[in-house]
Amino acid sequence: MAVLVIADHDNASLKDSTHKTVSAAQAIGGDVDVLVAGQNAKAAAEAASKIAGVRKVLLAESAELGQGLAEAFEGLVVPLAASYDAVLTPATAQGKNLSPRIAAKLDVAQISDIIEVVDANTFVRPIYAGNALETVQSGEAKKVITVRPTAFKAAPEGGSASVESVAAPAAPAKIRFVDQQLVKSARPELAGAKIVVSGGRALGSAEEFQRVIEPLADKLGAAVGASRAAVDAGYAPNDYQVGQTGKVVAPELYVAVGISGAIQHLAGMKDSKVIVAINKDPDAPIFQVADYGLVADYKNAVPELMTALG
Amino acid sequence: MKVLVPVKRVIDYNVKARVKPDQSGVDLANVKMSMNPFDEISVEEAVRLKEKGVASEIVAVSVGPTQAQETLRTALAMGADRAILVDAGAQDLEPLAVAKVLKAVVAEENPEVVLIGKQSIDGDNNAVGQMLAALLDWPQATFASQIELAGGKAKVTREVDGGLQTLEADLPAVVSVDLRLNEPRYASLPNIMKAKKKPLDVKPLESLGADVAPRLKVLKVAEPPKRAGGVKVESAADLVMKLKNEAGVL
Repeated sequence: MAVLVIADHDNASLKDSTHKTVSAAQAIGGDVDVLVAGQNAKAAAEAASKIAGVRKVLLAESAELGQGLAEAFEGLVVPLAASYDAVLTPATAQGKNLSPRIAAKLDVAQISDIIEVVDANTFVRPIYAGNALETVQSGEAKKVITVRPTAFKAAPEGGSASVESVAAPAAPAKIRFVDQQLVKSARPELAGAKIVVSGGRALGSAEEFQRVIEPLADKLGAAVGASRAAVDAGYAPNDYQVGQTGKVVAPELYVAVGISGAIQHLAGMKDSKVIVAINKDPDAPIFQVADYGLVADYKNAVPELMTALG
Repeated sequence: MKVLVPVKRVIDYNVKARVKPDQSGVDLANVKMSMNPFDEISVEEAVRLKEKGVASEIVAVSVGPTQAQETLRTALAMGADRAILVDAGAQDLEPLAVAKVLKAVVAEENPEVVLIGKQSIDGDNNAVGQMLAALLDWPQATFASQIELAGGKAKVTREVDGGLQTLEADLPAVVSVDLRLNEPRYASLPNIMKAKKKPLDVKPLESLGADVAPRLKVLKVAEPPKRAGGVKVESAADLVMKLKNEAGVL
């Protein structure tokens, strides 16, 4: 038995979701290898080699892998998959982009967004925005799986695996990278942050979102999130969205400011350890999942909170 | 340019899914069903492309139960020209099976672009578009927030982990759509009436010859653990005290 984990990284460093996916791979059992595919990604590969229990790290580099083109990943991973019983990818936007393409090329089902490994063939995954948990069993010899990182503990450091270079695939012929606009932030990354402060529609404008949510996040050392309504209205960038179809987070502390708590938003944060909701509507559904609810207008409550935090 | 738009009939997005007591699945009896919200966005985008003179024909297709005809009628009322139901009866097909059926539909229809919702809100797999692109050996541009079709190419801005990315794909291609692409219109009453007269072909699933055998066995569908009820706090100061002393998270 051998499992291949496709690493989530930014070439210079490895994302925590990789460590968590390695944990899921270890729960399946057998040898675990990590594939770091990118451009100038040696540092990320070195980091992967230090995860405890990893047998070896495969490093593949090309411009198209660095750009994350699913077609390039298909060319790389489909031949590699011949040596593995399972291919696991963190269920990030990038993992969701490339993994189904690989599954279809291998003619196997994708088992999406697993939150538990019951045994090597049986997995639990949320469906219907997390309102139901489906246990599925696969009879296929090869499995392609995406893993919800927040559901697994990060595999610890302490390994010393070898890093092996593998040939990069041919550049995809029918698709090209044009450009990208990445949001730069000094704050912790939303998906792995210990504390998240999220703002909703009640904030009313991008200026107000920045004026209210960002200082509170900075005071708490938190990442910033947003509800779909706030992102749709342009108060916050798309990669802030927490929810069924955005990012799934499970921090130690989640602070929801001016968020009503639609099913779709709850799907992305209800596994947080402690949830705080600040909303002036006492009947807002967010209070049904909140450990601590403060019925108040954020305009007064957030400044008071800043003062109380000292 | 012909555009193929797959649509799915799913539980309405405002309805909270309830698990059946025998844990065999989610109870959909007497539950409001609607078009998958992401598919409304892809239909809207196709209609806008037609209004701009870029698309010449919009074909909506659904792989699902007989009742999915209602969903297709909604697509027709929004502006699709004709519709195809691949009638799967009561079978709940896995994403790979749906992708294989859609591949067979693409072979018959020869669209230059497939515009597909990135995810259905029932299975939450986010897989069919990528799988279809793989099976067709077409390029894929997932999670689109902006699409320009010109000169045999699709220039697509995508919502990615750290922000936005723009790719250029040669047509034919599969483009999966995300929330910020557009705001779907409501079908007007006259258009709903007109949609009743638009062609809707029903094809039995078997007639397409796709391998739809399930690969996964659902052992059970359970309710997630419920969060214990919380408390209301009186003030921001009270909140900070409780977070420090009771919850221990500050």
